[in-house]
Amino acid sequence: MLDVLVIGGGNAALCAALTAREAGASVMLLERAPKPWRGGNSPHTRNIRCMHDGPQDVLVDSYPEEEYWQDLLKVTGGRTDETLARVAIRASSTCRDWMRRHGVHFQAPLSGTLHLARTNAFFMGGGKALVNAYCRSAEALGVRIRYGAHVDALELADGRFVAARIGAERIEARACVLAAGGFESNREWLDEAWGTNERGERPAQNFLIRGTRFNTGVLLRFMLDAGADRVGDPTQAHMVAIDARAPLYDGGICTRIDCVSLGVVVNREGERFYDEGEDFWPKRYAIWGRLVAAQPGQIAWSIIDSKAIGRFMPPVFDGTRADSLPELARSLGLPEDAFLRTLARYNAACRAGSFDHTALDDCATVGLVPAKTHWARPIDTPPYFGYAVRPGVTFTYLGLKVNERAAVHFGGAPSSNLFTAGEMMAGNILGQGYTAGVGMTIGTAFGRIAGSGAAAAALGKTQRAAA
Amino acid sequence: MQRLEALIAEASSLAGAEAEAARQLQICNACRYCEGFCAVFPAMTRRLEFGRADIHYLANLCHNCGACLHACQYAPPHEFAVSLPRAMARVRGKTYVDYAWPESLGGLYHRNGLTIALLLAACLAAFLALAASRTGQLVGRPLAGNFYAVFPHGLLAWTFGLVFAFACLALAIGVTRFWRDLAAGRASAPALGEATASVLDLRFLGGGHGLGCNDEDDAFTLRRRRFHHLTFYGFMLCFAATCVATLYHYVLDERAPYPMLSLPVLLGTIGGIGLLAGPAGLLWLNVRRDAAHREDSQNAMDRGFIALLFLASATGLALLAWRDSGAMALWLAIHLGVVMALFLTLPYGKFAHGVFRSAALLKWAIEKRVPAKLKLSED
Repeated sequence: MLDVLVIGGGNAALCAALTAREAGASVMLLERAPKPWRGGNSPHTRNIRCMHDGPQDVLVDSYPEEEYWQDLLKVTGGRTDETLARVAIRASSTCRDWMRRHGVHFQAPLSGTLHLARTNAFFMGGGKALVNAYCRSAEALGVRIRYGAHVDALELADGRFVAARIGAERIEARACVLAAGGFESNREWLDEAWGTNERGERPAQNFLIRGTRFNTGVLLRFMLDAGADRVGDPTQAHMVAIDARAPLYDGGICTRIDCVSLGVVVNREGERFYDEGEDFWPKRYAIWGRLVAAQPGQIAWSIIDSKAIGRFMPPVFDGTRADSLPELARSLGLPEDAFLRTLARYNAACRAGSFDHTALDDCATVGLVPAKTHWARPIDTPPYFGYAVRPGVTFTYLGLKVNERAAVHFGGAPSSNLFTAGEMMAGNILGQGYTAGVGMTIGTAFGRIAGSGAAAAALGKTQRAAA
Repeated sequence: MQRLEALIAEASSLAGAEAEAARQLQICNACRYCEGFCAVFPAMTRRLEFGRADIHYLANLCHNCGACLHACQYAPPHEFAVSLPRAMARVRGKTYVDYAWPESLGGLYHRNGLTIALLLAACLAAFLALAASRTGQLVGRPLAGNFYAVFPHGLLAWTFGLVFAFACLALAIGVTRFWRDLAAGRASAPALGEATASVLDLRFLGGGHGLGCNDEDDAFTLRRRRFHHLTFYGFMLCFAATCVATLYHYVLDERAPYPMLSLPVLLGTIGGIGLLAGPAGLLWLNVRRDAAHREDSQNAMDRGFIALLFLASATGLALLAWRDSGAMALWLAIHLGVVMALFLTLPYGKFAHGVFRSAALLKWAIEKRVPAKLKLSED
């Protein structure tokens, strides 16, 4: 019988498979997607947030455990689990040598990401290169990888894993790791979770899925129905404001709109609704998905003038361009009078200061609600550009409750041979919010813990049987 | 802004291969995950718009290593269908044609394939063999390696010298025009040194981590870099052998055949072995190449050039082996036919890649030393 079955094909699944194999277990990995789409959301990632007490190759300075924990506490608003969070943080300080051994290469931060040089190690070529490296290493070590293998049900007995089912096919194993992702590409589930808002809209119908098209949450739903302990809120997710023209699935990194803090953002009524200059954009971009989700029609427009050109990461699609603000309103289909009133009020409220988009400068509005607290300059220099944005869901946080051994729980009791890692349990640590690279920290730490636990569960049993 | 508008107008007027490359580069520039692989991406991030000159520059900077394709989250089957190695290869094909001198011969690139190369070599060899047989020297009498008894030295020097000089002239004019469009500015000594090193050690076939580039799958290997080194340095040693022999002939008044342990024969033999192994390896890799980053429209040109290099070396070594036999004149005719075919196709075939790539590498070495004009918020 197979020792360890890993269900899923992303970073957490691969880390689990590699670790279990290194521990001497026979391992099979079932990836639902066909080979060109393998890796879940991992191909869309690019770095891992790492604790370190001193400079380490590509990481400058230090990022101690306590600071990492405080960052996590802040972004989650306290909706986290300190024990599990610290397990992941500590693991992040030692995992990179292991990652290198399996073919991952690290590089200095990419252009436009210098603010992460201290905290995040970037994968050369991004997450797809990492997935490729792990798959090559796994196959070289003798892990059997099956693509297009869509597990739709498990057989469980008294909180123990017995077998996985792919339609009529049944695969038994001594232990199992579930790392099959969240449910972000299950639009019906998102719709059910978000329900109807106060305007009578079904907001989730206007969401785009920034992540993989294969995370429909089939196994997550199966496990919750089977009575596994749950964690998290189904509306919580990594959710950013992305270009409204992005593809429905797999838009990934390039669909981001990075000019928000350099201009204003208006909703369908032509009104501003939040401080665009609250903080540096990379620290704020993860809240804008939810902000836009709360607007009428779940859409908003980032408006800039030509002063902003060349100061933000170039967007994948050209913006709508106009030589005057009324023309821009008409081109964008916004109510002209309201839009012009909003812009006039904003422009008049901009206090002269010394603009510096690389610092929290003193260009703020006076007497405007909502205020723009930094980088506020009148939008008055044609040509003007507008970008429509919509909420883009990268991954959902609803998941399975785990302990520090990554064991799935039933009625508060940990399973002895069923483990979970990655987005299926990230919600234990991420109750809300996000900070760059922490998803890969959780996936790598708990993927390895789950793989090692599964191998121990499987091999311990074999040894007893042999004895 | 006027310059930006001009660039936008130019970008939108691009057609075919250039327009497709511009489309893909806009996606890459919004992603940038591949920055660590080679020079193309850091050069790309210095730009917001991609005009014709930018596209030709980046295309020739691309070494077609394939790393970015295997790492690409937007590669097919994604609807963005990004395949930069292929898009760049298509633009390079256009670079060679657009900058060819004389312009009317640019179209030869499209026809310069394996069949043409082999036919040309065969015809020239047959012609030379026929010429030799008319004087009754083709087979039979061993001539003790006296090549000039078959074809007079002056005739060989003049015909081959002229054809080679024409090839150099044509490529020099083409690359000068290319360089003018790149508007690279002056090259400092460090820039020149760095570009030269990049050409000589092919660092951009190293994958950024030094483990090499992609051949038939997403694994990195140094095979292409090494086979290219064997080819390039083998070619240069053969070229050096010819130069040394020319010096012997005119300066020292020593006539061929030279002894086995003489400098020209040693250089030619070592170079010839490199020029056998290198092209054979490159052809093997070319055939096995992952279809996703192979540009099939250029296979013929690539393989034609590889075949002629291989045959030039193989026939040269055969000539050396049998130079004292009765078949010497026949081997000489065949070898000269192949070499003449190689020289004739030099300016309108794969050889051009080295010239344009070197220019692009020099441009990059100059450009990277100038502070970037863009100031993105996070830099």
